[in-house]
Amino acid sequence: MEKTLNSKTKTALSAICIAAFLLIVFALDNTISAGSSWKMLITVIEKGSIFALVAASMNLLNGFTGLFSLGQAGFMLIGAYTYAIFTIPAASHDKVYQYFDGGLIQWSIVEILEDKLGVFGHYLGMFIPMIGAGLIVALIAFLIGIPVLRLKSDYLAIATLGFAEILRAFFQWNTLGPITNGSNVLRKYTTYGNAVFPVIIAGISIAIILLLINSTYGRAFRAIRDDEIAAEAMGVNLFKHKEMSFVISSFFAGVSGALLAMFQTTINATPFNTVMTYEILLIVVIGGIGSITGSIIGAFLFTAASEWWLRGLDAGRWLGISSSLMRPGFRKVVFAVLIMMIVLFYAQGIMGSKEFSWDRFFAWIKSRPEALKTLPARRKAKSAAKKEARASKAAAKAKAKAAKDEGEAKKASGEKLFTPLPVSDEIMIFGKEGK
Amino acid sequence: MKKVLVIMLTLLLSMSMLAGCGGGSSSGGGDTIKIGVFEPASGDNGAGGKQETLGIQYANQVQPTVEVGGKEYNVELVIVDNESDNAKAVTAAQSLVSQNVSVVLGSYGSGVSIAAADVFADAGMPAIGVTCTNPQVTADCEQYFRICFLDPFQGTVLANYAWENGMKKAYCLSKLGDDYSVGLVNYFVEAFKKLGGEVVEEQFPDKNSDFTSYVANAKKAGCDVFFSPVSTEAAALIIDQAEAQALGMPILAGDTWDSNVITGAAQGKNVEVVVTTFYQEGGNADFDKGIKEWIEGDSTAMTNNGGNSDVAAVTAMGYDAYFVALEAMKAAGSTAPADILAALPDLTVSNLVCGDVSFNEVGDANKTEAFVKKCNTETGAWDFLKKQSAE
Amino acid sequence: MGFIHTWLPYILAGIAVGGQYALIAIGYTMVYGILRLINFAHGDVFMWSGLIMVYLITILPLWASVILVILFAIVLGTTIEKVAYRPLRSAPRMSIMISAIGVSYLLQNFALYITGGLTKTYPTIAWLQKTVQIGSATTKMVTVITPILTIVLVFLLVMLIKHTKIGMAMRAVSRDFETSSLMGIDINRVITVTFVIGCGLAAIGSVLYFSNYTGIQPMSGAMPGLKAFVAAVFGGIGSVPGAVVGAFIIGVCENIIKGTGWTTFSDAFTFVLLIVILMVKPTGLFGEKNIDKV
Repeated sequence: MEKTLNSKTKTALSAICIAAFLLIVFALDNTISAGSSWKMLITVIEKGSIFALVAASMNLLNGFTGLFSLGQAGFMLIGAYTYAIFTIPAASHDKVYQYFDGGLIQWSIVEILEDKLGVFGHYLGMFIPMIGAGLIVALIAFLIGIPVLRLKSDYLAIATLGFAEILRAFFQWNTLGPITNGSNVLRKYTTYGNAVFPVIIAGISIAIILLLINSTYGRAFRAIRDDEIAAEAMGVNLFKHKEMSFVISSFFAGVSGALLAMFQTTINATPFNTVMTYEILLIVVIGGIGSITGSIIGAFLFTAASEWWLRGLDAGRWLGISSSLMRPGFRKVVFAVLIMMIVLFYAQGIMGSKEFSWDRFFAWIKSRPEALKTLPARRKAKSAAKKEARASKAAAKAKAKAAKDEGEAKKASGEKLFTPLPVSDEIMIFGKEGK
Repeated sequence: MKKVLVIMLTLLLSMSMLAGCGGGSSSGGGDTIKIGVFEPASGDNGAGGKQETLGIQYANQVQPTVEVGGKEYNVELVIVDNESDNAKAVTAAQSLVSQNVSVVLGSYGSGVSIAAADVFADAGMPAIGVTCTNPQVTADCEQYFRICFLDPFQGTVLANYAWENGMKKAYCLSKLGDDYSVGLVNYFVEAFKKLGGEVVEEQFPDKNSDFTSYVANAKKAGCDVFFSPVSTEAAALIIDQAEAQALGMPILAGDTWDSNVITGAAQGKNVEVVVTTFYQEGGNADFDKGIKEWIEGDSTAMTNNGGNSDVAAVTAMGYDAYFVALEAMKAAGSTAPADILAALPDLTVSNLVCGDVSFNEVGDANKTEAFVKKCNTETGAWDFLKKQSAE
Repeated sequence: MGFIHTWLPYILAGIAVGGQYALIAIGYTMVYGILRLINFAHGDVFMWSGLIMVYLITILPLWASVILVILFAIVLGTTIEKVAYRPLRSAPRMSIMISAIGVSYLLQNFALYITGGLTKTYPTIAWLQKTVQIGSATTKMVTVITPILTIVLVFLLVMLIKHTKIGMAMRAVSRDFETSSLMGIDINRVITVTFVIGCGLAAIGSVLYFSNYTGIQPMSGAMPGLKAFVAAVFGGIGSVPGAVVGAFIIGVCENIIKGTGWTTFSDAFTFVLLIVILMVKPTGLFGEKNIDKV
């Protein structure tokens, strides 16, 4: 093993990289004109970082605590609505709540704080409802968690899915219209001005999730995931830790919901359906269940591929290839096939359960020249191994055939191959319906 | 094997990334002018969106070039699918903007237009709504114009029609989470109550395909008219159930129902379907003949139109929208979005299929009349009833 | 009498849709009973059966189309099991569920591509769609046929499970997967048969369901699928009669809720029911208690 970098250098490296990334995003958003084809890059960065956050929060639950929950879209929905409801400027209320006489809440936190504190108040006014969104979601998750978390894996999945659907119906309910605007979109609320905003918020949130995972609590979560009963025997309070993981995960799902609301500039409850949850889950799977780095990479790849790179597949021309096969919907088919391939053949995803680390990164870089040098040799060894495997397979086949022939011959000569298991009435005790 | 696959996938993705970035700008110059078509091709409003797109495509076929500022340009359509989904609409709109289109047409369905309005506003991109009737589309967006009438107008027209025909109690069904039907029902209820009518309001949830109980509810409440301006997908199911349970009252709906999906569903059934719409088939014989020939000659168009060549109102509106966009470019004398935007408010376009278009200060078309049509269940065609105004 | 007069249309509709949910729910409950897997793709197999019917009817007579649709569903279901579930059988349960979600995503998107996002109208089966008068209610013939056919099919299925060798094997496998494989039961064969039965019944369910509600689009299978799963949980997962009873209860309740003006929550109700049953009696109406051994 090479000598590892000391932790100070690593922190410094990470800090530099993050600062550089933020600077680039900031600069790009200011320089790229609206009509440029690179504008999509900004959109992907914004949406990607929002989904990175929600994927990381889902990973905390599914990958680190082993709780298979499918309620993420429902929690994002509450987050998005909470944020939007409290930041619609007073002047816009009549227009937004056009069917509900301007709605119940006639003020905006952003405006109130901006009047008192200026620009700082503006951002504080965005920050407070965003955190508030997280807290409200966390509270609801806490209440839902009390009954639901006693359930086993797949029942938990379907129960959380059910809760998300109930929440959606609730938010569209006409009676709640003065608050949620019923079936109509909420819009005109305060949004961020630069793409760097969601990146920073998502980054901080993910950092907190990472800190949590590496704490004692995180170790307890993983113990629960690996073996619930053993963990309990070791003194881990199962319910307390499950509830904690559920509430924290939901908190960040709520924050990402608020960010998504800002990104979309209008929200409506309809898109927060099971398909959205499935997409978040697939991001987690692509990245690797149990790897936050993976979730981040997965989120950006998923967003970029589905919203940007593969769009040409719908329009009939992609990579210069034109085909009549490429009509609307083809993009999604290709995408779904890719995902199935990942699920079946690369079940560990991009990162498996590993996280990014500078040590491994440098070790990998250093090993490249060596690897390149030995490439021909390794290739040779590999092909030899392949040949050998093929040969042994053929041998095994021949052997099996010989054995079969032998068996056939014996059968023909009337010899019994083996004594069949006695099929007695006692097997009936397995009967489930047949009591 | 796995490794080869991984490498191939990575290669393909990275190549498509380059194509995605480079493709937009390479063909931007020259003698082409791009018009963005922001329409749903899938989701709840897929059928309607496709029909609207057909009108635009046909118009592009009829008039593939435009002379702007003394120079001849080829018009290229850039079509994106907004999936009838507010969340996807934002990125779809963004991808149009980033492909350097000069003006955007669409969308069918108001929700996605409202969602995309901010993207167009940020980019200073002029957008011309074709059949999005919700007032919110243009209300706060200076970039959004539209060539159709609005829900408050249409709701009042429908209420007037119902009241004048002796219907005193209306059953109103809208779809949960759908701006269009909820909005239209709201304005209808407002106008109908003002006239002295009585209403029963209900909403059905997303993905519902069982309308048995709603039809039964309307019968139970003793209503005189079943008002359900929902998407054509749900419409076909409602008509089917109305027949199965012998609804016994007319079904009234708005512009979305002026589609061959409805006539197809109602043909041979004992139901009465009345709609208000933008366009009267037969109102412009040349257009009717031309588009029918085009649809019949193009199998993709035929499929997108739902298997026959009956012209939907939205198709006619799409056709008009294209010409409004061309006229705007001519008036602006430039292909830059900003110039087109400046030219739009003072524009008056005549010789269109669905009547002249000029915009008021909000950006909405000045329309004062809607056509009322009734489905002829024997022939499966629309019979023109009358022109109805809001007064 | 007045009560029945008012509510008969709703109850009839509920029984009909309940019967159709029941046919889907059997697939869920049997697969779960044996593999402990929520087959999220089952609703999409149901949707695809409907879709294939639309295309087949244009070239084949009705009876042939129905048979081919059932065969198609069976082939699709068993292929999904072979390709997407079998390789993951020893993997953690979460992976196989994710695989099921992936298959569902693929089937929906493929349907979206094939149909171009347009709703397809189900072919008219004149006999099923004939209007009939029952008491005060007017309804389609299919409403009457569905519960009868469902009960007949379920009776046959229960007979099969109780009295045939393969049925015995199925019961054994659902009771103890490993032991039964040690006892010489061909697990793969049992699982395949389970999928054959489940998908075949879902295909029959699709004929009935779409004859009643004639529009098919890529998401048509999602909601009936989820509701059927809830029905299976409600009745006690693994129990065929339980799933059927659960489905009928859900169908009737759903329609009564729509009739009382709470339509906004008619879908949410199903999930409320699910959560309540999971809290109060996780084993469902007819389920047996399962003890986890360490």
